[in-house]
Amino acid sequence: MSIELKQVSYTYMPKTPYEHKALDDVSFTLAEGSFTAIAGHTGSGKSTLVQHLNGLLHPECGQVLVDGVDLANSSKTGRQAAKEARNKVGMVFQYPEQQLFEETIAADIAFGPKNQGLEGEALVKRVKEAMELMGLDYAAYKDRSPFQLSGGQKRRVAIAGVLALRPKYLVLDEPTAGLDPQGREDLIQTICHLRKKWKLTIVFVSHNMEDIARLADSVVIMNHGQMAIKAAPQTAFEQVELLQAAGLQEPQMLHLLHRLQAVGLPVKTDGIQLEDGIRAIKEALSHVK
Amino acid sequence: MLSNITIGQYFPGNSILHRLDPRVKVLLLFFFLIEIFLFSNAVAYGIFSAVTFALMLLSGVPLRMLLRSLKPLWWIILFTFVIHLFSNPGTPIAQFLLFTVTWEGLRMGCFISLRLVLLILMSSLLTFTTSPLKLTDALESLLSPFRRFGLPAHELAMMMTIALRFIPTLIEETDKIMKAQQSRGADFTTGNVMKRLRNMVPILVPLFLSAFRRADELAMAMEARCYRGGVGRTQMKSLKTGAIDYLAIGGFILLTASLIGVKVLA
Amino acid sequence: MSFIEFHDLTHCYNQGQENEHKAIGGVKLSIEKGSFTAILGRNGSGKSTLAKHINGLLLPTAGSCLVDGKDTRKAEELWQIRRQVGMVFQNPDNQLIAAVVEDDVAFGPENLGMEPEEIRLKVNAALRAVNMAKYRTFAPHLLSGGQKQRIAIAGALAMDTECLVLDEPTAMLDPQGREEVMRTVQKLHEERGITIVYITHFMEEASVADRIVVMDKGNVAADGTPREIFADVPGMKKRGLDVPLAAEVAWQLRHQGVKLPETILTEDELVEALEAYTCQSN
Repeated sequence: MSIELKQVSYTYMPKTPYEHKALDDVSFTLAEGSFTAIAGHTGSGKSTLVQHLNGLLHPECGQVLVDGVDLANSSKTGRQAAKEARNKVGMVFQYPEQQLFEETIAADIAFGPKNQGLEGEALVKRVKEAMELMGLDYAAYKDRSPFQLSGGQKRRVAIAGVLALRPKYLVLDEPTAGLDPQGREDLIQTICHLRKKWKLTIVFVSHNMEDIARLADSVVIMNHGQMAIKAAPQTAFEQVELLQAAGLQEPQMLHLLHRLQAVGLPVKTDGIQLEDGIRAIKEALSHVK
Repeated sequence: MLSNITIGQYFPGNSILHRLDPRVKVLLLFFFLIEIFLFSNAVAYGIFSAVTFALMLLSGVPLRMLLRSLKPLWWIILFTFVIHLFSNPGTPIAQFLLFTVTWEGLRMGCFISLRLVLLILMSSLLTFTTSPLKLTDALESLLSPFRRFGLPAHELAMMMTIALRFIPTLIEETDKIMKAQQSRGADFTTGNVMKRLRNMVPILVPLFLSAFRRADELAMAMEARCYRGGVGRTQMKSLKTGAIDYLAIGGFILLTASLIGVKVLA
Repeated sequence: MSFIEFHDLTHCYNQGQENEHKAIGGVKLSIEKGSFTAILGRNGSGKSTLAKHINGLLLPTAGSCLVDGKDTRKAEELWQIRRQVGMVFQNPDNQLIAAVVEDDVAFGPENLGMEPEEIRLKVNAALRAVNMAKYRTFAPHLLSGGQKQRIAIAGALAMDTECLVLDEPTAMLDPQGREEVMRTVQKLHEERGITIVYITHFMEEASVADRIVVMDKGNVAADGTPREIFADVPGMKKRGLDVPLAAEVAWQLRHQGVKLPETILTEDELVEALEAYTCQSN
């Protein structure tokens, strides 16, 4: 079971002076259980791309297969397929706290499962489960207004609102944007935990190469509507020129290690987390001695 | 990406009509429309049509685009024509069941429909050749004499400016919120009117909240930039009346004179 | 010479009501003319509240804020203060007022009642200074986030601002936009000596400042040069912050017995220090 994109192209406002080709012949597969990062500068097509994954946009040509069902068609059957796919593919937009609308946190989170037809005990269970996954105590928070929370907590409520759909696939569009360092770290930890607990297949849109290196097992780099790179992060980051052309930079640790190599320190670059880097430097130092 | 939407139907260009002072354009249009109602003889309508057609050519806006502005009102024009066709007593030409078509009816129908067509075309010419911003400036300037009667001319114009600036942003935002709620299974396309209205709540609440937040932040940004209302404020692009404007006014006086002449002679 | 002075500045939101909230309490701080000060602190630490006092968008509920010797609480001086201090906010969309770039930049000078010809000159110069002259006639919603923030900066420059207060100007931007804004701010600081107060969550941005003020729970928790501030890795983490990568790597290596100088801040310095270290031990 997987999400498969086959030669997907999409144009905004076709046949007008504002015509803009946002996606150009993009194909890839998101295997079940994988953690894929999508990176690229603003306007590279990454937002358009993720909106195809649950049928919010229908490709101009090409196919989007969610567990084998094609969402490409904008006809009635395609729209129905897209609606069903939204139960499987949870989509967390950028600044998701801006979509909160209910009076209480529990009611807001219940919006999704209610649309799925859930009610009564089962609905409460869903809401509770989603809140606890996001680290929000059900009893303490359920009757509070979402609008009185801090920015970071609001975002957790909004993500819980998507998790309450019990998706198999979860798309997160820059989930840490605008948070402070501690907030970013906490949210990343939660996402890791989520993935382990639910075996979710995750798509993670981000500019942050450190986060990508840390979380993803595969990365898609978008540039001018085309897929510039699809590879494991380690491999992708070695392609410095392609990265730069796409308006991105290699992770800082990798940059540092490369510079150390250039001045003759034989550091290994097989891990680029902080601990890996420090270990590599220490090893190289003892080696030189 | 709905962000590319342009407001109004401004067609950028550099024709004489584009270069006219927007205040002169608004005023001349106003008087022209009055004259269309005042002079309703065949010769006058011939002149009006000729003037309108000439201005359409002068504007440099493709005729196809100008004529398209008639499209939404096509049915009203046709309806008015048919009503007049049957409702005027006089010399009959033809008979449909209970209805009689008369010469007078045909004449009236033609006049009224032509009047509507000219009204629409001339107004569109104004909006096609004047950017919404210039139009705002013109309105502020034209309304400012009424300030002494308590009309908030500056505030109205500032409101229009901000609206023009934020409409694309809000459209984009609506699109995003709609998609976010659709992703949570919301449905905006099925059910009866009441149900659909209720389904709009998850869009409207976030949209209003965000509009208020924007308004709050914008007010702060304006205050930080020394805004304190229209008092003592100047404008970088102050409107200037030049030679072509006087020429246009002269032309209009000539038109009015000849219309009066025709009426007196007839 | 100090340009901005906070004297025991305290600000309570909704003072006297039941939802009273003390955002900052008794801040003593003075910021030099022509300096580049970065303010760090987790969300809710009071940094935005502090920034909004500098041009009188918020008034102190106790204590005072002086800008160039003028008190923000005096209405007649506030006008002059706002002219001297320009603000750039986090959300690039919510601070541009006009539907055309050059009209927006002209907004400030128009409020000051300058002559049209003079405004035109100021607008053109300001747009050139932020490298946006090409986009003079664009609609703001067609620009990228980084470009919009540069327009906001130009809006302040057109009023001959002497000081720019930027409240997380890069939080909503992509890496390219962040770099554009950062470069513009640095250039204005270096070439025109504009006093910069820069609030950010990005430690790399803060490291180019000549002074860092760390806010925590409504007060100043640390104050020093980037070198001093970022040498205290545990202290920064405790306050929910971070340090630039090079500083952290150096700190960790030092603690694992590698003898490196204590003032390493940038990648260049770290590479140099490690190179020197290996030469030494040979």
